Order: sequence, then structure tokens, then C-alpha cells
Amino acid sequence: MSAAPEPDAVVAATPASRLAAYVRGGGVVVPVLTTLLAFFAGGLVMLVTGSDPIATYEAIWKGTGLQWIFPWTTGDERALAAVNLQQTLLVTTPLILTGLAVAFGFRAGLFNIGGNGQYIVGAIAAVWAGSSFPDMPAFAHVFISILAACAAGALWAGIAGVLKATTGAHEVITTIMLNWIAIYVGLWLFGVGGPLQTELEPEIPKSADVVEGAKLPVFWGEPILQGLHIGIFIALAAVVVFWLILNRSTTGFEVRAVGFNPEAARYSGMSVGKNYILVMAVCGVFAGLAGSMDVLGWQFRLATNDIQFQLIGFFGIAVALLGRNTATGTVAPVLLFGALISGTSQRNLDPTVFDPSLASNLTYIIQGLVILIVSADVIVLALMARARGLFGRRKPPEPAAAEAGEP
Amino acid sequence: MSTSVAAASRVALSARAAAWVGIGLGAVAWYLALPPILLRTAIPSLLIAAVGVAAGAYAVREGRRRLGWIAIVIAVIGAIGAVVATQSGEGNLERVFVWSALIAAMLRFATPLIFAAMGGILSERSGVINIGLEGMMLMGAFFGIFGADLLGSWFLGILVGVASGAVLGLVHAVVSIHLRADQVVSGTGINIIALGITGYVFIYHYGDQGTPPDVSQVPNLTIPLIEDIPFIGEAIGTMNLLTLTALLFVPVLTVYLFRTRGGLRLRSVGEKPRAADSVGLPVLRTRYLAVIASGALSALGGVYLSIGLLSAFSQNMTAGRGFIALAAVIFGSWRPYGALAGALLFGFSSAVARRLPAFSDSTAVLFEALPYVLTLVVVAGVIGRSRPPAAIGVPYVKE
Repeated sequence: MSAAPEPDAVVAATPASRLAAYVRGGGVVVPVLTTLLAFFAGGLVMLVTGSDPIATYEAIWKGTGLQWIFPWTTGDERALAAVNLQQTLLVTTPLILTGLAVAFGFRAGLFNIGGNGQYIVGAIAAVWAGSSFPDMPAFAHVFISILAACAAGALWAGIAGVLKATTGAHEVITTIMLNWIAIYVGLWLFGVGGPLQTELEPEIPKSADVVEGAKLPVFWGEPILQGLHIGIFIALAAVVVFWLILNRSTTGFEVRAVGFNPEAARYSGMSVGKNYILVMAVCGVFAGLAGSMDVLGWQFRLATNDIQFQLIGFFGIAVALLGRNTATGTVAPVLLFGALISGTSQRNLDPTVFDPSLASNLTYIIQGLVILIVSADVIVLALMARARGLFGRRKPPEPAAAEAGEP
Repeated sequence: MSTSVAAASRVALSARAAAWVGIGLGAVAWYLALPPILLRTAIPSLLIAAVGVAAGAYAVREGRRRLGWIAIVIAVIGAIGAVVATQSGEGNLERVFVWSALIAAMLRFATPLIFAAMGGILSERSGVINIGLEGMMLMGAFFGIFGADLLGSWFLGILVGVASGAVLGLVHAVVSIHLRADQVVSGTGINIIALGITGYVFIYHYGDQGTPPDVSQVPNLTIPLIEDIPFIGEAIGTMNLLTLTALLFVPVLTVYLFRTRGGLRLRSVGEKPRAADSVGLPVLRTRYLAVIASGALSALGGVYLSIGLLSAFSQNMTAGRGFIALAAVIFGSWRPYGALAGALLFGFSSAVARRLPAFSDSTAVLFEALPYVLTLVVVAGVIGRSRPPAAIGVPYVKE
């Protein structure tokens, strides 16, 4: 590679500092380009295996329900789009939270791939708390269940944090191991004969149902048809909390300092180890909260299948990276991938156009490509620098400059 | 002056020895309660474990903190294990701890880990972190059985699988070396892409039925003389061809890395790339080849999974093995024999976990978590004790 990147784009040590350079250099154009590239590659995959990419993407689009936003969608089409949009937003809710779980870790220089395990542990805690205490008043019950989920997630992620702080064990390996341990613990708990398996149907490997009083109220659509529950507001509130912690609190300042340069942070008196533990715990809170949102919002029980094939923690990685680990950046990727997941689901995708189980694998390919392209931030920055040179020297776009200082 | 140095080194040596004695005593304590000795009282084991703890404590006080603490932990685990074993039914114990079968199973489970670990060593010794071992193994697992099915022979299946892993290795190499990406993030992307590609082609080609049950399998080899020896025969008399290959590959890689010029060049590229470059070594090309080779080797481990061990493919069937292999690499201090020991340890835990359901049926699933818990413990206990290649993870910029 003969292009000499701008000084800004020189390889820096930690993921946080590299991604910060990415933010300063790229603005919003780079994530958009990355996404387009990934979707283009996905289309190539479809083409190679004999499917029609345009028709497929169109069918996926139809299933997302995003047409509801456009005022020219009317009548039956609008009603169908409304239902589909509810489904999309149902998926988006936990995705926001698992995205935050990854993003928060990245800001401290930690790569939290354990979102899946933390989600599962949170879901287990929520389903246990939600199905016990049948006589508790509704608000208290929901509150306790969510609290249990957050605590469980924090504890699970905290294990990886403690290991990193005390022994320096790389969080990638520890969080992935914890993912698998969480899966097997869940399979054991709810399997036939397991300790938390429902007593009402002894042959079916699932948990007890969440009590009516612990369910999150639905505010759009019919509860029977899985309408949208208030969890989406909780998730959006979490985004605000994320921004507040990182940018308006001393803890957040320490976290970001540790992320940029752990040695300098340690030199100026911050405890890097304590910050690692705290950051992992907060990541666990976000991911565990995601688990509780699904359990208390629309699943109302956990079966072994739900645990085994859950991948929302991994989707959070692509979301966080595309959103450059910032609060404001998370919105668009979350909507995009939420729509992609919802649009390719068994329920929404027309099987004559494209097989839904093929489609879910397609989303993995697209997400993997996104992660791959984002990881090569330097080349993207170099391209941007070249492009800027082509069009003459000009200031970086305003949003990027503002975002470098704020979220 | 020299006597004090000698005295100091003598003390340091005995601290290290004490720690290893502690580890050994912990293992012995547990072993006493297992077949074939099957002591029914825990007292001797507890006494021995207590001595082990003391040895570990001595090591800690004499300065060998990490090793000493490991010894204490292992002695305590040995004591607990002995107590549990004496409480369990003799019949159950005898069914689970059939040592010859355990050893055979250990080798079977360790094979994919050994291949991936060798690949990991090559890549990391050249300075490139390869988190994508998992994805490359998965590619080999699918395309191995896919190739064997379409082309009719296990050998061609191996070639196809290895090639697919090499291709993915090439992608990782380009992104990590040429585009200078963050190697951990790009490795994660590789894993997810592999998950998607294998799942996509799997469903596209095989749909609901899954892979056919009669695909050509990699054959088992029976070593004629050894087979007849009572204990060893059941343990290693019959091994899969790929298992044998893996075991033979370890000394081959050791010789290559530490006794040949090519190995020296590889290691220098990973330790001091700028110095290597100034002497004229092709740093980038060496890294490319190392990463591609690691992809090929991991894929070979995956091929064993699908057409050597299980004769089927299911989505995400590698189940984290690539990461366990990475832990084995770290456990073994980036040396082939060390990684082999780690792989055998994890393989052993899988083998025991597979048989533990004899005790309790519903807990069977929980025992499946044993290898992952062990990996967690190992990674935590071992990291920092060994030093990775100096220039690992830092993309090389030619000046």
C-alpha cells in the first residue's frame, strides 16, 4: 500500500484511540459507505447462489414495516406495515442495549463479546423473578425483575472484568467462554428435570411463565399479536444514561482516559483495574437489561431453544462498531440491523422469494463484513484523506468535529 | 558473594520444586479415590492434599507466587474431588473413570484443538493475532464434509476443507497485514462471516435434511502390535488418521520453529520485525504465509470434526473450540509441546464431561460446560506467566 495516511490515521495502540481517529476522520459518510459495501457484498453472495438480490432485498424491505413512516403508505398496506414495524421495534429494543453493552466496553479499550452470555443470564434472572412472587403489585414486580436481570448481567460480565483486572486475562477469550457457560447453565436450568423447569408441563424444556403483573405494558398494537411494549422507551433511556455516564461524569472521564491510554491513566493516579471491573459490570447491566426486555415484554418464558440459538449479543458488535461506539451514532445502525433481522425472520420474509433460514445466515455475512471493514479503519481514513485531497483542502464535516468532543 | 547467589538460586529452585510437588500431590490425592485404587475413605487423600497446600504456601512465601497459588488451588480441588469421589457409588466411578477409554476419548477431542493450536502458534509467532481460528475451523468442518460428499472421497474432502480455511486465512491476512486493521476486531468479523457462509451454503445445498449419513469418513488406523497390549491397546491402539497426523505434527513444528532457518526467520519477524526487515527478510510475506497456514491448519482440525469424529455437520458446530485452542497456545507459551499439553488437558476435560452423566442424567448438560470453565481458569491462571512474541498485534509499516 503506497498511500501515506494522514498523521491522524497512524495506527494507535488501543481500540478506543483507533476508533476515535475513525470518528474524527470519517463523520457519517464512512459508516454509510461501509454499510453499502457490506450489503453489496451480500448481494454478490446471493447472485452467486442463484437468487435475485434486488427481489430479495425488496422482500426484506417489505417485512421491516419501515414503510409505515412514509405518509403515502395508506390503508391495508399501512396496517400491515404497522404490525411489521412493531416487530422491527421489538427486535430493535434489545439490540440497542446489546449495542450499548459492546460500545461502552470499547470506550474503555475492552472488547466485550460476551453480550450474548450476559443477555442470557439477565433473561434467566428476569424469567425467574417474573414467574415467582405472584401477588406482588405490578410496578414493584416489573422493577424487581428488571433489577434482577441487570444484577445478573453485571455479575456475569464482572467475572471477565475481575479476571482482566487481576490476572490480565484477555477479555475476548474469557467473555466467549462465559457465553458458552451461560448457554449450558441455561440448558441445564430449563431442561427436562432441571431446577427451574416449569412444573406444569414436565416434558417440555422451558421455564415457568411470567406472571401477568410482571409483564411490560403494550402501548402500540394488540398485546395478543405481540404489539410494541414500553421497553423501547427503557432502551432509549439507557442510551441517554450511556451518554450521561460517559460525557458528564468523572467515572466516564476515567473510563475514556483508560480507553485512550491505560498507561497514562495509571500514571495520573486512576486505577485501571477498578475501571475495567466497573466497565464490564456496566456492560453486563446493559446486556442483562436487554434480556429482561425480551422476557418481560413479549417472550414471557424461556425455552431451551431460545437460549441455544440466541445471537443478539453478536449483532450488538456490528451495531456498536458501525455507530462508532457513541450514543448518537447507535441510532441508525440499530434501526438498520433491527430492520434486517426482522425483515429476514420466518414471520416476515416471503419464502418463495428467499428462504428465511438462508436469510439469517445472509445477515451474519453482512454483519461480519461490516465488522471486517470497520476494523480496517486506517484504509478508510486514508481513502477519505485522498478524497479530501482530490476536492481540495477543506475542513472535516461539522458533525465529526462535534462528535469528537462530545459523544 | 557467589555463595549468597548460589544460596539464593537454591532457595528459588526449591520454591519452584515445592510448587510442582504441591500440584502433583493434589493430583495424587484425587487419584487415590478413583479406580483402580478406589479408596473408600477420604482421610489419606485429605492428608496428602494438606501437604500439597503446605508445599504451595511455601512456594508462595519464597517468592513463586503464581505457581504457588496454582499449587494450592489444585491441591484443594484434589481434596474436594477425593471427598466427592468417596461419596459416589463405586459402580458409577468405575463406569466413568475407565482410564483407557478416557485416554482414547481425550485424543479424539484434542485433535481439532491440536491442529488449530499449531496454526495459532504459526500465526502469532509471526506477529499476527489470529482470533479467527474458530471461523477457519468452521469453514474446514463444513467444506470438508461438503467436498467429501460431492467428490466422493475423504481425501478430497480434506483438500477442499483445508483450501477453504486457507482462503479465509488469506482474507484475515489481507485485512490485518495489508490494511493494518485491529487484529482482534478483524478476527471477530472473520468468525461471523464464516458462520454466515457455512450456514448459508449448508442450508442452500442440504436444506432441511442435513448432511447425508454415509459421507466418506477419514479412516481409523489400527497399530497392529500396540493393539494387543492390554491397557495401552485400548487407549492408543486405534486412532484416527488425523489424530495420528496431529500428534506427529507437533514434533515436526517444533523442529521447524526452533531448528531451521525458516523457523528462525518466522520468529524474528514476530519479535523484531524492523530488525528483520533491515536484514532483508520479507516481513509482510512471511506473515501472510504464516496466517494462511494457520487458516489451513485450523480448517484441518475442523475437517476432523465433521468427517473424522462426528460424520455430520451442524451450524456453528465448532462451539468455541477455536478459542479453546487459542487458550492452549497461551497455556503452552507459544510452543508446540506446551500447546499439545494444553490441548490434551482440555480434551481430557471434554472426555470426562462426556462420561459424567453416569452420575446424574439431568445434570449431563451442565457437565458440557466443563471444558469452557477449565479454559477460563487456565487463561486466568497462566496469562502473564508467559511472554508472547514481542511484536504481536502491531501491524508492520515499511519505511
